[in-house]
Amino acid sequence: MDDIAIELRGIDKSFGPVHANKNINLKVRKGTIHGIIGENGAGKSTLMSILYGFYQADSGEILVDGKAVAIRDPNAAIAAGIGMVHQHFMLVENFTVLENIMLGAEDSQILNKGIAKARVELKRLEREYALEVDPDAVIEELPVGLQQRVEILKALYRRADILILDEPTGVLTPAEADHLFRVLEQLKSQGKTVILITHKLREIMAITDEVSVMRRGEMVATRTTAETSVEELAELMVGRRVLLRVEKGEAKPGDVKLAVEELTVKDGRGVTMVDNVSFNLRAGEIVGIAGVAGNGQSELLEAISGIRRAVSGSVLLNGKPIEVTGHADPSELRDRGLAHVPEDRHHVGLVLKFEECENAILGYHHDKRYLNGVFLNIDAIRKDAEQRIAEYDIRPPNPRLKTANFSGGNQQKIVLAREMERGPDVLIIGQPTRGVDVGAIEFIHKRIIEMRDQGMAVLLVSVELDEIRALSDRILVMFAGRVVGERNPDATEGELGLLMAGVEGRKEAAE
Amino acid sequence: MDFFHVIVVLLESTIRVSVPLIFAALAGLFTERAGVFDIGLEGKMLGAAFAAGAVAAVTQSVWMGLLAAILISIALSLVHGYASITQRGNQIVSGVAINFIVAGSTVILGEAWFRQGGRTPALGEGARFQVVNLPFADSIREIPILGPIYSDLLSGHFLLTYIAFAMVPVSWWILYRTRFGLRLRAVGENPGAVDTAGISVIWLRYRAVICCGILCGFAGAYLSLAMTAGFVKGMTAGKGYIALAALIFAKWRPKNIMLACLLFGFLDALAIRLQGNPLPLIGQVPVQLMQALPYILTVILLAGFIGKAIPPKAGGVPYVKER
Repeated sequence: MDDIAIELRGIDKSFGPVHANKNINLKVRKGTIHGIIGENGAGKSTLMSILYGFYQADSGEILVDGKAVAIRDPNAAIAAGIGMVHQHFMLVENFTVLENIMLGAEDSQILNKGIAKARVELKRLEREYALEVDPDAVIEELPVGLQQRVEILKALYRRADILILDEPTGVLTPAEADHLFRVLEQLKSQGKTVILITHKLREIMAITDEVSVMRRGEMVATRTTAETSVEELAELMVGRRVLLRVEKGEAKPGDVKLAVEELTVKDGRGVTMVDNVSFNLRAGEIVGIAGVAGNGQSELLEAISGIRRAVSGSVLLNGKPIEVTGHADPSELRDRGLAHVPEDRHHVGLVLKFEECENAILGYHHDKRYLNGVFLNIDAIRKDAEQRIAEYDIRPPNPRLKTANFSGGNQQKIVLAREMERGPDVLIIGQPTRGVDVGAIEFIHKRIIEMRDQGMAVLLVSVELDEIRALSDRILVMFAGRVVGERNPDATEGELGLLMAGVEGRKEAAE
Repeated sequence: MDFFHVIVVLLESTIRVSVPLIFAALAGLFTERAGVFDIGLEGKMLGAAFAAGAVAAVTQSVWMGLLAAILISIALSLVHGYASITQRGNQIVSGVAINFIVAGSTVILGEAWFRQGGRTPALGEGARFQVVNLPFADSIREIPILGPIYSDLLSGHFLLTYIAFAMVPVSWWILYRTRFGLRLRAVGENPGAVDTAGISVIWLRYRAVICCGILCGFAGAYLSLAMTAGFVKGMTAGKGYIALAALIFAKWRPKNIMLACLLFGFLDALAIRLQGNPLPLIGQVPVQLMQALPYILTVILLAGFIGKAIPPKAGGVPYVKER
């Protein structure tokens, strides 16, 4: 007889005009790992926030262990035995592990007694679930994988029987993700129920017992994982058949377009983020830079595109130097044929409060096409934008609409259209598909390959290893600011994963 | 011996001028550690000083004066709290507004009620704080070195002075050794963590703001009931801002706050002492320079020359649940 740990009946939630959850029904069996998959904006996180008491559903019922419960705030969720590991960790970074775990569950007004008790309890949890962590370590000094472990311990400390994990692997190396999955298996074997929210199909297949698919605020299907396939789930997520594998021919590399020599970049705190990096980028090839977020990829992109000053080294664009250690002027670089799609489109790539057509010419507004003497030629700008909208299938097709009102995928297409359409020699792209839905990913990937085939040199940085492997002709792996290895795209994930974790790289660098 | 005497007098006045700074900086510590920046320390202190002076003059009771100071200061804190916590307004604007409202309204009300040009009537003995002499202060004054230190430096201050210095370890204990303190520090760093732990961010921040009000009340009462006998318009004279500077200079830590306030107080005492007394070799030091020193030191600190002042991470940002 299967026990149901959590049942949702007819959950409905709107934020103004946005209908985030439509009549959601869901049953999660006790002692299983239940995946919830869907594209960005499908309503997964909203649903889980309702379950954790962060939001109130407009209508519907939540049953825990068969009994209806009102979850008005996180306190009620904790009392009902629900724990949550958030996508962005809810940890106080300058507190110790122990303080973070105690917060909100301190037992008494004076901390001393509670601290001793928490220490004992933490030891017990560590033994029981093999989740070791130094209770006196300060959070900001711990690697991300351990910070996540603290989040899990926090939930267990509050005696959670049902654990919700929201996109837990986004910040982890493949090895850390594997370890997390082993921990989840362990929790399952101890009778805990795990709900795993993700948009990564591979994770669903690897670890879940059952999977529910959400699309545009609706729960469209629930399957037993063993009886479904990646193709079926992808189709359910998007609502149509999608190509998961990008079709691409042999690369025909030409001349060196971008030569990076011994580039070193420090961040605002004086920490070396890019350490003596050298590589070449040729016309007609895509070079992918793989690595866990925060290993210097961002700083590398910023230095090459002229928005962050490097400490030393040189970069040649079409054989002529870029003043990377001095005042490189991004607009001059653009004129010299270097286009940049920044990683963070909200803060660097777009002005969200501008109209679409205004963003479509951002940085190219000196172009004679858009000018009438000293004034902007609004008609020309709009006409140009309309054409771009048609080519890139940007929706809704309205150049006067505020950019903030476009979905993530369409915003990204606006940036890509702007940077690609002028046929630069070198295209630098950071996180091309972050926060972009599957349908748009397919489109963006095809475009990038088209650009390569037209002879453009493409430098691609992404934390999505699948994306790097699908698009790149060569893969450079960065760890702690260094390029620790170069591989072909047919290198196995395990091999790349070890490089990304800095394990293999050290040996290689020593040789 | 004469030089020693000068030092004792200088340190004694250092303590005297440091007291309101300590109260106000600790007040700021509570709100800012909870993530609510408070540039309105000055206004709250001034409002409290006025309330203390007015009520003590009318009731002839120093205790009623102190109580009134605390209540008014809490009320002003709650206004700041309502604007910045509940309504998620700009904390700097709200604080500045409080400073202006108080600066104007104390003068208007003072003139309307007492007709002494914005002052409150001079207070008699029972209506203000008296100095407390520690035991044996008179009998051991003659002992060299230790005598004057005990009798003149440590003894003979107001009750509020001793309370101010006692508040330093007490504040430390509250912040670092109690549940309330743990949560308060957490809410200033990551309110999301507090919210998901099932604690109300809003109520917690209001309590922090109330703590701030109480301490600013003490600061104001000290000015009009102890340091002088009655309220004079604008009598805080920028002490709220100096306290804010001390708070930053102290990197938001209780013990450092005491040291920073004593340093700034010492500069103040020195400025008064040096007025009209040219220094050997250097000559006349402009008073303005001495008065600007606390701010100059704070700017140097902020520029990163003396360590690094890292404010509470969520400071100044109203908490909105993300969607």
